[in-house]
Amino acid sequence: MSKIICAAAIRGAHAIVDRVEKKVNDAIAKFGEDKEVKLPNTGYYLPVIYGILGHKVETLGDMKPVLERCRELLPPQVEERLWVPYLGHALDAGMATLFAYDMEEALKYLEDPIPYVTGEDPTEDNIWLGAADDVIMRKRGVEFVDGSAPGFAAIVGAAPDNETAVKIAKELQEKGIYVFMASEHNGKTFAEQLVEAGVQVGWPTRLVPFGRDTSAAIHAVGFATRAAMAFGGVKPGDYAGILRYNKNRIFAFVLALGEVTDEWYAAAAGAINYGFPTIADSDIPEILVTGICTYEHVVSNVPHDQIVSKAIEVRGLKIQISKIDIPVSYSPAFEGERIGRDAMHVELGGPKADGFEFCRMLELDQVEDGKFEVIGPDLDEMEVGKTYPIGIWVEVAGRNMQPDFEPILERQIHHLLNGAEGILHIGQRDILWMRVSKKAYEAGLRLKHFGTILHAKFHNEFGKILDKVQVRIYTEPEKVKELIEEARKTYRERESRLGAMTDETVDTFYSCLLCQSFAPDHVCVISPERPGLCGAYNWLDGKAAYEINPTGPNQPVKKGDVIDEKLGQWTGVNEYVYQNSHESVTSFSAYSLMVDPMTSCGCFEAIVVLLPMANAVMVVDRDFPGMTPCGMPFSTLAGSVGGGAQTPGFVGISKFYIGSKKFISAEGGILRVAWMPKALKESLKEVIQKRGEELGVPDLYDKIATEEDATTEEEVMEFMQKVGHPALEMDPMM
Amino acid sequence: MAKLREIQDVTICETTAEMLKKARDTGLSTAFDRADEMSACPIGAKSACCKHCVMGPCRLSSKAPYDKVGVCGATIDTIQARNFARMVAAGTAAHSDHGREMSELFLSIAKGENPDYQIRDEAKLLAVAKDLGVETEGREVKDVAVEVAEICLSQFSQQHGHLKFLERAPEARFKKWQDLGLLPRGVDREVVEMMHRTAMGVDQDYKNLTLGAARCALADGWGGSMVSTELSDIMFGTPKPIRGEVDLGVLDAGKVNVVVHGHEPHMLDMLCELAEDPEMLAKAKEAGAEGINLVGMCCSGNEQLIRRGLKHAGNFMQCDAVIITGAVDGMMVDVQCIQQGLVSLSQCFHTKFFTTNYRCKIEGAEHIEFHGTENARQAGVELLTKAIENFKNRDASKVTIPDTREQMIGGFSHETINYMLGGTFRASYTPLNDNIINGRIRGVAGVVGCTNPRVKHDWVHYELVKELLANDVLVVQTGCSAITMAKMGFMQPEAAAKYCGPGLREVCEAVGMPPVLHSGACVDNSRILVALSEMVKTGGLGDDISDLPVAGAAPEYMSEKAIAIGHYFVASGVFTVFGVTFPAIEGTKWAEYLFGGIEEDLGGKWAFESDPNKMAALMIDHINKKREALGIHKKKERVLFDMEARRQLEV
Repeated sequence: MSKIICAAAIRGAHAIVDRVEKKVNDAIAKFGEDKEVKLPNTGYYLPVIYGILGHKVETLGDMKPVLERCRELLPPQVEERLWVPYLGHALDAGMATLFAYDMEEALKYLEDPIPYVTGEDPTEDNIWLGAADDVIMRKRGVEFVDGSAPGFAAIVGAAPDNETAVKIAKELQEKGIYVFMASEHNGKTFAEQLVEAGVQVGWPTRLVPFGRDTSAAIHAVGFATRAAMAFGGVKPGDYAGILRYNKNRIFAFVLALGEVTDEWYAAAAGAINYGFPTIADSDIPEILVTGICTYEHVVSNVPHDQIVSKAIEVRGLKIQISKIDIPVSYSPAFEGERIGRDAMHVELGGPKADGFEFCRMLELDQVEDGKFEVIGPDLDEMEVGKTYPIGIWVEVAGRNMQPDFEPILERQIHHLLNGAEGILHIGQRDILWMRVSKKAYEAGLRLKHFGTILHAKFHNEFGKILDKVQVRIYTEPEKVKELIEEARKTYRERESRLGAMTDETVDTFYSCLLCQSFAPDHVCVISPERPGLCGAYNWLDGKAAYEINPTGPNQPVKKGDVIDEKLGQWTGVNEYVYQNSHESVTSFSAYSLMVDPMTSCGCFEAIVVLLPMANAVMVVDRDFPGMTPCGMPFSTLAGSVGGGAQTPGFVGISKFYIGSKKFISAEGGILRVAWMPKALKESLKEVIQKRGEELGVPDLYDKIATEEDATTEEEVMEFMQKVGHPALEMDPMM
Repeated sequence: MAKLREIQDVTICETTAEMLKKARDTGLSTAFDRADEMSACPIGAKSACCKHCVMGPCRLSSKAPYDKVGVCGATIDTIQARNFARMVAAGTAAHSDHGREMSELFLSIAKGENPDYQIRDEAKLLAVAKDLGVETEGREVKDVAVEVAEICLSQFSQQHGHLKFLERAPEARFKKWQDLGLLPRGVDREVVEMMHRTAMGVDQDYKNLTLGAARCALADGWGGSMVSTELSDIMFGTPKPIRGEVDLGVLDAGKVNVVVHGHEPHMLDMLCELAEDPEMLAKAKEAGAEGINLVGMCCSGNEQLIRRGLKHAGNFMQCDAVIITGAVDGMMVDVQCIQQGLVSLSQCFHTKFFTTNYRCKIEGAEHIEFHGTENARQAGVELLTKAIENFKNRDASKVTIPDTREQMIGGFSHETINYMLGGTFRASYTPLNDNIINGRIRGVAGVVGCTNPRVKHDWVHYELVKELLANDVLVVQTGCSAITMAKMGFMQPEAAAKYCGPGLREVCEAVGMPPVLHSGACVDNSRILVALSEMVKTGGLGDDISDLPVAGAAPEYMSEKAIAIGHYFVASGVFTVFGVTFPAIEGTKWAEYLFGGIEEDLGGKWAFESDPNKMAALMIDHINKKREALGIHKKKERVLFDMEARRQLEV
C-alpha cells in the first residue's frame, strides 16, 4: 500500500537533501559563495528550480535559499500508527528531492574534468551526456510539439540482461518515445547494457544516457520543465502551469528496473508531481487510485515483455503505428541512426556516385498503385563495402493531387526512408547519399522495400491528396545518369515557379497553429515570401497540409484589404490572428520587426534583434551558443521571445526568410543586418550577396560583422563605421 | 414517574454510561433521566401549536391537521412554516452573533489595539482578502486586515446588495439564488425580517415563508458562520492534520482539571496559552497539583482540538457526565448549548461553574466576565486561578475518572483537504473528484449536529456512519457528531481498513487519511459549503452543488442551530436528513413541500428518518441517483490520448 511508498519517499528525500546540503556546503568552502554555477548553454539556469520556484541559481550562494525551501518542504517521517495524511507530504518530499538533484547535478559541472560529454552523441570513452543544452532542447522539443515524439520514458536502473534492455529500448523507439537513462541497479546501467549490445545511443536515436547517478534523472525533468517554459510560454515560478502543462502535454513516465530504493521512491514522488507515473518490474506496493497523474501512480511487478505497453496504458497514451511490411524496425527514432563504414553493406549515391530522388504526378490511369521495380542490381547483387549509383523515382496520382505538391512529397522521402532501422539517408534531390547497414541487409532488407516504405507512408500521411503510388529504384549507372538530367530539368522549373510567386500574387496566406498545443496564443502566418519560423513549412506546405486535412492546424487566411502595404498588414489577416490568438494579438505585421511583429512559439531557427544604438539589427541562430552583441546568448533571447508573446524589437524567424525580399522590409530589409554568427553568415553567403546586389550594396556580405569582429553593440558600431555599413545612413528605427 | 430506560438503551458511550450509573446510584438528576421523566409535548413536537399572539395560543390537531385553524384563521401549514422559520432565525442569530464577536475581536487585533491576540495565519488572511475583493498587492498586512475586518462586520449590518461570500458558490447556484430573490442582503436584516414575517398577521403563505427562511439560513451558512470560520482561522490558525484525544478519560487525577464548554473559540484559545504559562503552572504546583489539564468540550473544544490537538472531554450529552466524574475543578462556559442543569449538578461536587459571557448568565453560577477585545488575558488568569484554587477542595472519594479515551487525527479544513490531495505544488480537489467519478468513492456525506437524550446517545451517528463507510461514502463531520465518531476510533487512519468498502479504503490508504474527516465546530459547517463549491469548480461532477453525489445528516440533533444549518444546506442544493423527530405533520402541504417540492425550487430537500440504517439508505439512494444523472454510475473505458486528444487537454 501507499503508506510504504510514501514513508520510503520521505525517508529518501531526507537523506538526499542532507547529502546535497553537505555537497553544496563543501563546494562553497572550496570555491566560495560567488562561484558561478550553471548548466551548459541554457537560458533556464537550473531548470527545475527556475521553473517551479522562479529562482535563478547563478552562483553557489544562490543554492542556499533553495536548500532552505527543501527543508521547509521536507515533511516529518510517517508514523507507524496514527499517521497524518502522507500523500501531500510525499509529493512535497519528491519536489525537495528534485530541487536537490538539480543542484547536485549542477555541481558536477564544477568538477574537473566535467563527467559529461557535451553535444548529442557520446564519445568512445564516455557515454554520459548530462544536461541537454537549449539547442538540443529546442530541436527535440519540436518533436514533442508536433507529436512525432509522444513522450519520454525515464528509465532508472538496468534490465536483468542486455537482451531485455535492447528489447525494451527498441519497443520504445518503435513507438517514437524518447528514452532518458539514469541510475544503476547492481552496478549495471541500462545505457551501458545497450552500448554493450551494440545499440547506438545518443539524442539522434532517442536513447539518451544522462548519467550513472540517480540524480542524473533530473535532466529528464529539467527537459520537461524547460519545454513548458520554451514552448508553452509558462512563466518561471508558475509551478501550477508548469506541472499542468507536463501532465497534459509531455506524456512521460518512469520505468524503474531493479530494486526500488528509498532514493528511487523519492525521485518517483517528484515525478508524480509532474503527472509522470512509475512502472516497476519489481514486486513493490502500488498506488492505483487516480488524481495526480492521469491514471495510476505506481504500478509494479510488470513483466519485461509487457512493461512498455503497460506504461503507455498507465500514462494514458495512444500511439498509432502504421505497420510497414519490411524486415527491419521502423520509427522516427531511427532517423538519427548513423551507419559507419564498417557497419555498412553498401553505399548508394553520395560523393562518389550519382544519386537522386524525384517525385512527379501522373494521371490516375498512368499509375499502378503498389508497383515497385528495381532496375539494376539489387542489394544482394552488390559487393559489400562498395558504392553504387541510385535513383529513386516516385510517381503518384490522385484526384486532389496538384503539381505544386510534387516537391513537398519529394522532400518527405528523406525522413520516410531514414525511419527504417539500417537505412541512412542524407541530402535531397540530386545530392542524395544513402547507406544500408549489414544488419539490415542480413535481416532481409532489399531495394524493393524502399518502395514498400514510400508507398505505405505516402498513403498513410497523404492519403487525402493521392490515391496511387508507384516506385522505381534505379541502380543501373547509365539509367541513373540519363534520368538525373531529366530530374534536374524539373528541379529548375520548380525553382523558377516558386521564385516567381510573391505575397502580392496570392490572395490567401496559410496559418500554422500546430504549435498551439504548446504555445496556445501563437499563430504563424505563412506567406509565399515568409515561411514558418521553424523553417519546416512554406506556403505550399501550408496549402498542401490544408488539402490533406481541411480541419487541421493549417488554415487558409484571406488577406482581405490592405491596411499598410509597407508593414504588411491586412484586414483579413489581423482578424484571423486576433481570433486565433484567443484575442491576445490584435494586429500583425508580416514585414516589420518594430510594429506588431509576429509572435513566436519557441521553434524558431533564428532570432532578429534590434541593436538600438547601432540603428541596425543582428540575427542569431540556435546553433550559435556564444554571447551576442545584444548582451544575451540565443538561449536567453529565446526565453524572452517564445511563448506566443508579441515583443517589438525581437522576432523569431526561419533562416530562409533572411534571403527573402520581404525580410523586415518595413525597416529596410537585409541592409539593416549588422551582425550574425560566422557559421550562419557563411551558410547564407550566396543569398546575402544576391540581395546586396539587388539593393545596391554589392559588398554587403563583407559589411556584416561576425563574432570575430564584434561581441558587443559598441564593437558592432565601430565595425559599421569602419566598413561604412548601409544602416548608418538609413532612417532611425525607433 | 416515567420508567427510566436501562443504561445500555440510553447511550453506547462507555464513559457516559459509567457516569450515568454513578448519577443514578447517588441520586443525581441528569438530562438523560429528565428526558425519560418528561415526555416531549406532543403538540409542540408536531409544530401544531401557535403562540405568536395572545388570541391563542392555538393548538391544532396533529391527527386531523386540516380540521381546525387558529383563531386568526392560520392554517396548519402557516403555523408549521412560521414555527420552522423562527427556529431558522434563532439558529442563524446564534451562529451570526458568534461571527460578529469574532469580527469585532479581529478588528481590534487588526488595528493593533489588542495585545492579547495576534494574526496566526497570514496566508489565510490574504486568501480571504482576495475573496472579499480587498487589494493586497503592496499593502501592509495590518491595512489589509483592517479592511477585511470591516467588510466582515459589514456583512451583519449591511442593508442592500448581497453577502460577499455567496460569490464563492458555483455560478449556477448563485444564479439560482438570484433568480429566486434569495440572496441575503445582510445577516441582521434577514433575521429581523424573518422575525417580522413570522409575527402575527404577516406572512401566511407557507412556501413564501419557507423560501424566506432559506434566505435567512443562507445568511447563516454563507454569512455569519463563514465569517466566523474564516476569521477564527486567521486569528487562531487554519486547522492542519493533528493528533488529538477524546472522551472523559482525558481528565487527569493529578492535575487541575479545567473544562471549557461552549462555542466561541477565543476564550479557550487564551486559556490554552495560559495553561502553559510558567506562572500559572507554578500556581498549580503550589496548589498541590501536578499541572493544569485544560480540556475542551462541545464546539469551542472542537475548534481547539483540530487547531492545537487540545484534549476533548466529550460532546453535548457528556456535559453532565464530566461533572459527575467529580474531578473537574473549574468549568467555564460562554454561549450556546449550556444546559442550566449543569449549575445545580456542579453544586453536588466541588466543581466551580463559571459563566463568562454577558449574554449567557445562569442563576447560581459564578460570573467572571470575559471580553476578548478588552480583558482576555486578565479574565483568563482570573478564571484559571479560581480553578487552581479550587483544586484543594476536590473530594477524592467522589472522583471517578473513566479510563477510556481514544486517539484521533483531525484538522480537515478546506485548505488541508486541498493540500493533502496533492501537496504544495499540485494541491487540488482533483483526486477526490476523480475517485468519485471512477466510483472508488460513491459520494460524500456530511454527518453533523448535536446529541440528544431522547435517542440512544451516539448510537444513531455510529450506525449511520458505519453504514455509509461500508458503502464507500466518505464522511465529513463537525460538532458533537464528530466527537462521537472520534470516540469510536473512526478518525484514526487505521479505521479505513476496518470499516470502509474496498474503493474508499483504497483512496484513504493512498492519501493516508481517516475515512471520517473532522472539520471543526458546528459553526464550521461553512467549511463544507466551501468544499462542495470547490468540488463543483474542480469539474466533472456537474455545474451546481445540487448535481454532486453528496448528502447531509444530523441524526441526533436538538438545537435550533441545527435547523438553520439543515436549511442552509437544503437551500444550497443538498439533500439533508434529520433524525430524532421533526417539527412537522406528515402529509400536510408544508411537509410535502419541505420533504419534496422544495427540491424543484432549490435543488435540495429535507428528509426525516430516525432509523440510522434507513437514513443511510436514503442518503445512498440519493447519491446513486445523482451519480446516474451525472452518468458516472457505470464503469467507463479508459481514455487513451492521441496527439489530437492531447491538444484538447487544457494547459
